[in-house]
Amino acid sequence: MDHGALVLIELGALLLGIALLGRLAGRLGISPIPLILLGGLAFGEGGLLPFAAGEEFIEIGAEIGVVLLLLMLGLEYTADELVGSLRTSRRAGVIDMLLNALPGAAFALLLGWGPIAAVALGGITWISSSGVVAKLLQDLGRLTNRETPVVLSILVIEDLAMAFYLPLLTALLLGLSLGASVLTVVIAIAVVAVILFVALRHGHVVSRLVSSRSAEVLLLTVLGVTLIVAGLAAQASVSSAVGAFLVGIAISGPVARHAQQMLTPLRDLFASVFFLFFGLSTDPADLLPMLLPALALAAVTMATKLLTGYLAARRSRIGEAGRWRAGFALMPRGEFSIVIAGLAIAAGVDRSLAALATAYVLITIIAGPLLARIPDTRAFTAWTARRQGAGRPAST
Amino acid sequence: MPVNVERTELPGIGIRHDVETAAGRRVSIVTFRDGGRELAVADPHDPDRAELSLEITDDEATALSEVLGGSVIMTQLAGLRDQVDGLSTSQIPVRADSPYAGRPLGATRARTLTRCSIVAVVRAGGVVPAPGPDDVLSVGDSLVAIGTARGLEMLARIIEGS
Repeated sequence: MDHGALVLIELGALLLGIALLGRLAGRLGISPIPLILLGGLAFGEGGLLPFAAGEEFIEIGAEIGVVLLLLMLGLEYTADELVGSLRTSRRAGVIDMLLNALPGAAFALLLGWGPIAAVALGGITWISSSGVVAKLLQDLGRLTNRETPVVLSILVIEDLAMAFYLPLLTALLLGLSLGASVLTVVIAIAVVAVILFVALRHGHVVSRLVSSRSAEVLLLTVLGVTLIVAGLAAQASVSSAVGAFLVGIAISGPVARHAQQMLTPLRDLFASVFFLFFGLSTDPADLLPMLLPALALAAVTMATKLLTGYLAARRSRIGEAGRWRAGFALMPRGEFSIVIAGLAIAAGVDRSLAALATAYVLITIIAGPLLARIPDTRAFTAWTARRQGAGRPAST
Repeated sequence: MPVNVERTELPGIGIRHDVETAAGRRVSIVTFRDGGRELAVADPHDPDRAELSLEITDDEATALSEVLGGSVIMTQLAGLRDQVDGLSTSQIPVRADSPYAGRPLGATRARTLTRCSIVAVVRAGGVVPAPGPDDVLSVGDSLVAIGTARGLEMLARIIEGS
C-alpha cells in the first residue's frame, strides 16, 4: 500500500480507537486517560500489534500535546488567582510538596534508580491531576462546599510549582552541573515573577496584542506564539512545557477565555496523542513486575495526599468531615505525572519508570474518584460527627 | 438589615457567592466562567457541605431572580398598605374572557377611571415592574394594583369586563 495512504488509515484507526476508549470511559464515569494509556500499551513496542507508519506524526503530536496541556493550564488560572492562592495557601503548598514528593523520591532511591529518577518520581507523586480533581468536585456537587477553595488552591499552587520544577528536572535530565541547574531554576523564578507582574499590571496590553475579532486569527496567533516560545525555551534547556505555561499565564481576561474555548478541542486531540504515545513507548513486559511497586507507592502517596488535604482544611478551620473530603479529593494523579515521566524517559532514565508511572497513574486515577465518595457515606459522616464531638466540647 | 454576601474565587471554575440567612443556613451560588450557575443549600448538620445542589441555566437564573425580585415588590407593597390607612393593594387576574387580554394596558384607562395605580404585572416569564400604557396584557397575567378599596373593586370589574 502507498505510504501516505497507510499513514492516514493508521492514524484514523488510532483516533477512532481513542474515541471508543473515551466512550467507554464516559460509560464507566472515569477519566479517559488510563484507558488511552492502556490502549497505547497494546499497540506499542512488544505489544499485541506494533504500529509503524504514523510514528513521526505521533511523536510530534505528543510533543505538541504536552505544550498544549501546559498552555491550557496557564490559561486556566488568572494571574490574580495564582498570586492570591500563593498568598493564602503557601504553607499548604509546601506541606503538600514535602508529604507527597518525598515518598516518591525515596521510592526511586529504594529501587536503585539514582537521584535523577528520584527527582522525577517525586514530581510524579507530588502533582494531583487538577483536571480530574476539578471534575470530581463538580460531579460530586461539592463546588459550594467550604473546603473546596482549599482543595483548588492546593491544585493552583502545585501547577504554579511546575514552572519551577520542570526547569529543574530538565536541567538535571540534561546532565547539567548542580550550579547550572540551580541557575536555570533561578532564571525560571525570575521569568515567572516578571510574567506574573506584567500579567497583573499590564495584562490588558499583552491580551490586546494577541486579541483579534476573528476566532481563526486568535487561534493561530496564540498557537504560533506558544510554539515559538516553547521551542525557544527548549533551546535554552528550560523545557518547552514551561515556555507554554508562561504564555498561558501572560494571556489573561476575555482573550484568555476565548483562546481557551478555541484551543480545548485541539488540546483534547493532541493530549490524547501524547497519552497514546506514552503508552506506545512503554513496554507492556515492564508493566507486570512494576504492578506491585506501583500499588505500594499509590497506597503510600494516596495516604499522604489524604493527610495533606486534611491538614490544609484544618488550617482553614473546616470541620472534621470537610477535612476528610478535602483529603480524599486530592488523591488522583494524572496528566502531569505522565508529562514528567515522559520527559524523564525521553532523557534516558530507566525505562521501568514509564511502566511504574503508567501503573501508578492508572491506580490513583481510578481508585481516587471512587475513594472520594467515601466521606459522603452515612457511616463515614456518623464517624466524623463522633470525632468532631469528641474533639471539642459540644457547643450549642 | 443588611445581608452579608461573601464572594469567593474558585480558581479555574468561577466565582461563588454565599448568603447566610438569619436562620443560619448558607445559600451558595456558583457562577461558572463558561456560563451556567449552580445553586446550593448547606447541610445543617455539616455547614461545610452542600445538602442539595442543582444546576440552573442562565435563563432559569433570570426567571428565579425575577420571581424573587417580584415577590420582594409584593411584600414591600404589603408593608405600604399597613402603613397608610385607606390604601389597599390587590392582585387582579386577567382571565381568558377579559376584554383586555391581548390589548395594551393603556386601553383599560384604569388610572383615569378608578384612580388606582397598576404597579406591576406578574406573569409566567417574570415580573414587569411599573408597566407603561403600551405593555400588552395577556391571559394568565396578574395586575398588582394599589388604590382605595372602592377603586380596586372598580378596576377588577373593568378587567373582568362586567
